[in-house]
Amino acid sequence: MPNAALEPAARPAAGPASWDLAVIGAGPAGMTAAVAAADAGCRAVVLDLGERPGGQYWRWGPATGDGRYHHGWPAFAALLGRFAAHQAAGRIGYRPGHAVFHLEPLGDGGAGSGAGGADAGGAGGGGAGGARFRVHAVADDRRRDYAAVEAAAVVVATGAYDRQLPVPGWTLPGVMAAGAAQSLLKGSAVVAGRRVVVAGAGPFLLPVAAGLARAGARVVAVIEAGQPLDYLRRPADLAASWRKLPEAGGYLAELARHRVPVLRRHAVIAAHGGERLRSVTVARIDAAWAVVPGSERTLDADVLAAGYGFIPQVELLGEAGARLAAGSGPGAFVALAGADQQTTVPGLFAAGETTGVGGADLARIEGAAAGRAAARYAGHHVPPAGRGTRRARAALTRFAGVMDSVHAVQPGWTRWPAEETVICRCEEVTLGELRAAIGLGADDARSARLLARPGMGWCQGRMCGHAVSAIIAAEGGRGGPGQGGPAGPGPGDPGLVGPETFASRPLAQPVPLRVLAALAKDGAIEDSTVQDSAHLDSADVPE
Amino acid sequence: MPEPAEARPRVTVTVDGAPWSVPAGASIAAAFTEHGTPGWRRTRRRAEPRGLSCGIGVCFDCLVTVNGVPGVRACLAQARDGDVITTEKGSGFAERGA
Repeated sequence: MPNAALEPAARPAAGPASWDLAVIGAGPAGMTAAVAAADAGCRAVVLDLGERPGGQYWRWGPATGDGRYHHGWPAFAALLGRFAAHQAAGRIGYRPGHAVFHLEPLGDGGAGSGAGGADAGGAGGGGAGGARFRVHAVADDRRRDYAAVEAAAVVVATGAYDRQLPVPGWTLPGVMAAGAAQSLLKGSAVVAGRRVVVAGAGPFLLPVAAGLARAGARVVAVIEAGQPLDYLRRPADLAASWRKLPEAGGYLAELARHRVPVLRRHAVIAAHGGERLRSVTVARIDAAWAVVPGSERTLDADVLAAGYGFIPQVELLGEAGARLAAGSGPGAFVALAGADQQTTVPGLFAAGETTGVGGADLARIEGAAAGRAAARYAGHHVPPAGRGTRRARAALTRFAGVMDSVHAVQPGWTRWPAEETVICRCEEVTLGELRAAIGLGADDARSARLLARPGMGWCQGRMCGHAVSAIIAAEGGRGGPGQGGPAGPGPGDPGLVGPETFASRPLAQPVPLRVLAALAKDGAIEDSTVQDSAHLDSADVPE
Repeated sequence: MPEPAEARPRVTVTVDGAPWSVPAGASIAAAFTEHGTPGWRRTRRRAEPRGLSCGIGVCFDCLVTVNGVPGVRACLAQARDGDVITTEKGSGFAERGA
């Protein structure tokens, strides 16, 4: 196991350490990128929010290191072995517990760099020259020190999070993302509850439900809003991605053994309880996700694990100037990238879910491509990839496309919440308050935010942004570019990311004011990037 | 709460002054879950109960104060032996007089 201890954070005055490559995120894509780059002779530093490498897909802890709750664990063990070997040889630096809040392009030659920290060295051999990016982070949530590194190239592999739909009662303790139930099990070997309803849209619900059932929870039902029979309408795409079918079939068989019913074209439209979840309302829905009247029934449950697809975390890419495009479903953006995973910013690469949600297998292929291309960019010689990889990648990309269309979020859900349902969890803005803002003329997400505060809290609109946009679109407003609502443009439209969306976040994580103050004094961040921060009011206070 | 059969090493933390035995290596959110306490925070405006939501450090709904530091994400922070955990009401900063 690699050394997971926090290394001392660099002080702004000492000058950031300089590397060939900085990888942000240590999930399947990020780990693979770092290993591929190190294989090519690169020195790569990996900054990750988690305490151990693996990301969410391979989240693990002392009680789960045998992989019993994981899929593809042997692949992870092999990858972790290579990661640790490179780390021991000094080719990979690992920084757990680092919340990267800003990715700053430095322009040619690394202005202001060159001081070099204690672990500096070897940056930018060959063509690319010195550091082109500075990565700013808050290290260790319990201490919140400032940390920074510089690198000639950057791979952003920050993954994605569950899209949750606001329904009455969805803020009750016990209602959580499907990924949250997974993280309890995979990371801590703790089962989320006794009676669990798994609901949402997409094949990810199956391993979540199967894992919970295997661990001893009573899974009351899996409630899928989509119609998986629609897969049969895309036989050519399915044939190209035959590898994924036995996986889903295995989970379905396991659920059948545990006598877990799987309902299609159904949804959880309300959660009930006073201090914690007691039951949920399940209803049949039509193809547009409108509730079929009279179909409602109640299921007792102490946990609702819900997820309607995923929203990629692309904020760092967008702020660094990379061109984004509409992703799958409302509120989802992806980074535009070529076959080598390079974004529209030279030296800045994106891999895994940040370029479109495609799962861990595709993430590893993209991570390897990004790591190799980044190494090449930093001046190292890298032999070309094999043809087999390209075929596997094409098949997985095709499968991701079918998956998107079969499980796509439909606008009918915007009728599920009630007037008093909280839409923005942080600022506790209700649907009624949002509608009042729309009535006052707010016809995009930004105007609604200014009038009613949805998206102004700790999470910076990550949880509610898609919902606010979809509701505005359903009420006849614009919904904001790239939101995928009726009024939103399709993929490939220019100018998708503007100030009217929630995707613009100059500071991608909450930052203590003392860190910002030190940076401003030091001149490490330009003044303009510090303005318009949505969460300064909730940041830490100086000590 | 169902749990894997074999005995696991445990650590002791205090939660609002009460000693809790929690599985070693578990997140603080997992410790609350295992303890049968799915909600531990109270919101600023409506004093509503909240607990684990996204589970992966994105939503900031599961915040707790750990050893005097408010706003720590319980879903990410691992419970360490001797941790003094206090639940938060409102912003979590009022208790510090901020």
